[in-house]
Amino acid sequence: MVTITDFINAGLLAAGIRMATPIVYAALGGMFSERVGIVHIGLEGVMLTSSFAGVTASYYTGNPWIGVLVAVLTGGLVSLIHAILTIRYIGDQIVSGTGLNILALGFTSYMTQIIWGNRGASDGVQGIADISIPIIKDIPFIGTVFGTHSPLVYLMPFVVYACYYVLFKTPFGLRIRAVGEHPIAAETAGVDVIKIKYTGVILGGMLAGLGGAFLSLSHLNLFTRGMTGGRGFIAMAAMIFGKWMPFGVFASGLLFGFADALQIRLQSLGILPPQIILTIPYLLTIAILAGFVGKAKAPSDYKPYKKE
Amino acid sequence: MTHRSGRSDDTWLVVVMSEETRTDLGRITDPVDTTNEVVFQIIAILMAFIVGALVLLVTGYSPIEAYIGMMTGAFGNIFGIGQTLTHSTPIIFTSLAFLVSYKAGLFNIGGEGQFLMGAIASAVTGIYLEGLPGIIHIPLTLLAGMFVGGFWGLIPALLKSRFDAHEVITTMMLSYVAQYFTSYLVNFPFKAPGWVSQTEKLPASAELARLIPSSQLSSGIFIAIALVGLVWFLLNKTILGYELRAIGLNPSAAENAGIKINRGVIVSLVLSGAIAGLGGAVEIMGTHKRFIDGFSPGYGWDGLAVALVGGLDPVGSMFASILFGALRSGGMIMARASGVPTDINILLQGLVILFVAAPALMRSVMRRKK
Repeated sequence: MVTITDFINAGLLAAGIRMATPIVYAALGGMFSERVGIVHIGLEGVMLTSSFAGVTASYYTGNPWIGVLVAVLTGGLVSLIHAILTIRYIGDQIVSGTGLNILALGFTSYMTQIIWGNRGASDGVQGIADISIPIIKDIPFIGTVFGTHSPLVYLMPFVVYACYYVLFKTPFGLRIRAVGEHPIAAETAGVDVIKIKYTGVILGGMLAGLGGAFLSLSHLNLFTRGMTGGRGFIAMAAMIFGKWMPFGVFASGLLFGFADALQIRLQSLGILPPQIILTIPYLLTIAILAGFVGKAKAPSDYKPYKKE
Repeated sequence: MTHRSGRSDDTWLVVVMSEETRTDLGRITDPVDTTNEVVFQIIAILMAFIVGALVLLVTGYSPIEAYIGMMTGAFGNIFGIGQTLTHSTPIIFTSLAFLVSYKAGLFNIGGEGQFLMGAIASAVTGIYLEGLPGIIHIPLTLLAGMFVGGFWGLIPALLKSRFDAHEVITTMMLSYVAQYFTSYLVNFPFKAPGWVSQTEKLPASAELARLIPSSQLSSGIFIAIALVGLVWFLLNKTILGYELRAIGLNPSAAENAGIKINRGVIVSLVLSGAIAGLGGAVEIMGTHKRFIDGFSPGYGWDGLAVALVGGLDPVGSMFASILFGALRSGGMIMARASGVPTDINILLQGLVILFVAAPALMRSVMRRKK
């Protein structure tokens, strides 16, 4: 007899937080990009390339933190391609993002085979060790949920707060919001719209890159072909469901992370088809877009900007 | 909640291009100056192959050998041509599906979901309507795919026309819903006995005939080619096609001219979904003979890219589909012969899309060359 506490328990909550981490980072990244008026459906590809770059760097240096750094920089670099194509050359944002996703899958799989001679996966590398919080880890229940995690998990709430602070409490954040909401007014007020757009997209890519690094250096300690498995798209859903606000994105990222953890748990228990749980984030996002559960309003009209 | 007929810029809440860009893009890519247009696409493809060659060189392979291997693999003998066309067939459908929505100013990037829903519908119909003669069974099975694919296109159409939810996101999300939903169906209710997540095999009366021995190419390719002509005819020679294009070019002008925008949105998305769904049916009935979980390597996502590479024209899309099909089949054959990782073909596809994504980039490249 399976009871509800067999799968909804502290272990599940801890797994949910872990699964939420890459989604939250990538969704924050998507938020910065969309806040400056650039849709980034290439997040999936950015994460994948960063996962790969992080593992590669850790493989050659033996230091996972250098891997994280390289992953973050790679995320920024891949997003720079998207920025150049869509801002400078006014290319279509959806098409460019789709191209990036496909290129990322091809490039990382190709290079995995070049470096490790195996199409499916890299060798194992030095990953980031989990850390335990002294007193908290001994508290029943809470200790299981929060006590032991990757440092990148503990970093997440700070990054969320930093995003909030930057976006809403600094002149730079004001510029970002202004560029997204009304680029012409921003330009008139002396903001370098093009520069802010580039900054937003690159910053967004770096955050998504951090999510990618978590997947390959904290979650698995190796790179596998297509390992992001649609998390970039889930992140887009989390961004919309969180209404393009840092704390909203955080909350919806956690929600979708729990859904993910729950489906894995259900898979092992075999009581409810996991595939049905997996559709929940997407259905929720459609519901909010249609206004069934509040209305999500984008922070920008995503028009390409040309200097007068 | 807003209930509107028609749409205007300020109520386009979520995502992507403005009407203006879309029209600009249309202007650039619509065949006003056909020669220039074809040159654009060819240069984009060449650029992709040049960058691909650099990747091959840096990683220690000869690009010339690799590309020759790919070409001969894809077109060198009858088996290669068969496999190339096998891989092209589903993309012809999904690119036409994208095209039909795009011409009406809609961005249906959910071709994958509509393709999968069509595929599962035809698989189930094919298996459970056993005992019919082929002449009835085949059309019924194809229709089931079209119908359910069209239904999967109707959902975002209604969400857009009633609730103003942007089709880019809803179709994308519905693709994932379809992916998991079909996976559920072949893992639980319709799972054939055994370890593999797949349905039973279709009865022979629901199968499309194979054309070349040992190749998977089926008569589905003829359905695809016929559809190219049909879509061309629909868009260019019928009132409906004219109306859809009018909506795509300038919705407010179209509305002033008495064209019902909401109806256009629904018709084009349902049509688009039905075409993708038909593609899914053909893929099941011709190539796989059953629905296998995860059988599509992303044919639906390719549709958008291929339609663009094909210059947003039905015939162009067909040729672009053959290019993408050739990359897939030629890449595999080359990999087996020369040891170059087969993923070079995915890398090349991504590069082609990126270069096609920015017409302005291609224009500046051409200017520099002159």
